[in-house]
Amino acid sequence: MWKWLHPYANPEVSYHFAGKILPWLSALAALFLSIGLIWALAFAPADYQQGDSFRIFYIHVPAASLSMGIYLGMAIAAFTSLVWQFKLADASAAAMAPVGATFTAIALITGAAWGKPMWGTWWIWDARLTSELILLFLYLGVIALHNAFEDKNLAGKAAGILTLVGVINLPIIKYSVEWWNTLHQGSTVSKLGKPSMSVDMLWPFVFCFLGFIFLVSVFICIRFRSEILARNSIRPWVRTLVSEHIAQEKTNAV
Amino acid sequence: MQFDSFSAFINMGGYGFYVWLSYGVATALLLILMFSSVTGHKHVIKNIAQRKQREDKLRQVREQRQKQDKQSKSTLSEEVTE
Repeated sequence: MWKWLHPYANPEVSYHFAGKILPWLSALAALFLSIGLIWALAFAPADYQQGDSFRIFYIHVPAASLSMGIYLGMAIAAFTSLVWQFKLADASAAAMAPVGATFTAIALITGAAWGKPMWGTWWIWDARLTSELILLFLYLGVIALHNAFEDKNLAGKAAGILTLVGVINLPIIKYSVEWWNTLHQGSTVSKLGKPSMSVDMLWPFVFCFLGFIFLVSVFICIRFRSEILARNSIRPWVRTLVSEHIAQEKTNAV
Repeated sequence: MQFDSFSAFINMGGYGFYVWLSYGVATALLLILMFSSVTGHKHVIKNIAQRKQREDKLRQVREQRQKQDKQSKSTLSEEVTE
């Protein structure tokens, strides 16, 4: 059943596959984000309580849920790498960490800029905000560990263990608004089947969310490719690929 | 369209600063990530090319030395036989 997946365990096949889907993902990301963001900024109705400050929602919520989604993906990759010694999984985990950190930072900063006019404060040490900040530190720790060792297998192991320990933070973030009394409002979109949002607010959100998912995939593909090259730098196929690339650059320069 | 004029669009019902701060910071961070990912990829390729060049040079030197050693050995043995 899973046999079609086997060739992708080969770094060379994965490298070229990621390169092939990259332009498509970029085009989809540009399409969905431009439609979604213009819709969100200019055409979606203002919230009856929050006015136009509500438009921050269209980047805050996708960024926050993707920051958790990327962490989950990174944890699954770290687990496969630790249990089955699957080296490509390490490369993908290393590729995801900086992307996740960026989206966590975006979620925190847009949240602060939304909190100031709505709650009257940029920052408050409440459960949702604090656990999201811890997520940022987990990402930074994982990035640091990936770069701390010359031996990439060892680095992958150390970063993988930190990633798996940090998974405990994900349910804490998700349910923090239900477990504790916080300023942060509960979720509006992910109530399954019956989102408590009007449809003309929900559609631009769907476009933004899909656009950000495609954008994340673009980033991960680019970084995944560099990680594969760096980890397989002595392989003949990387050597030929690199010399071809350099030759092409020279002809372009001339 | 929710706004009557461009200035109303920029003003965002009084929340302009916060809305544009959010969108600006998000765009800036994503651009930085894009830049670092693309330059990082080029950097990796350049590093591998440099290492390859260095290794090629070392191999050349080694081969030359081996040749020289063989030559000097053969001349030495000739001298001995003479």
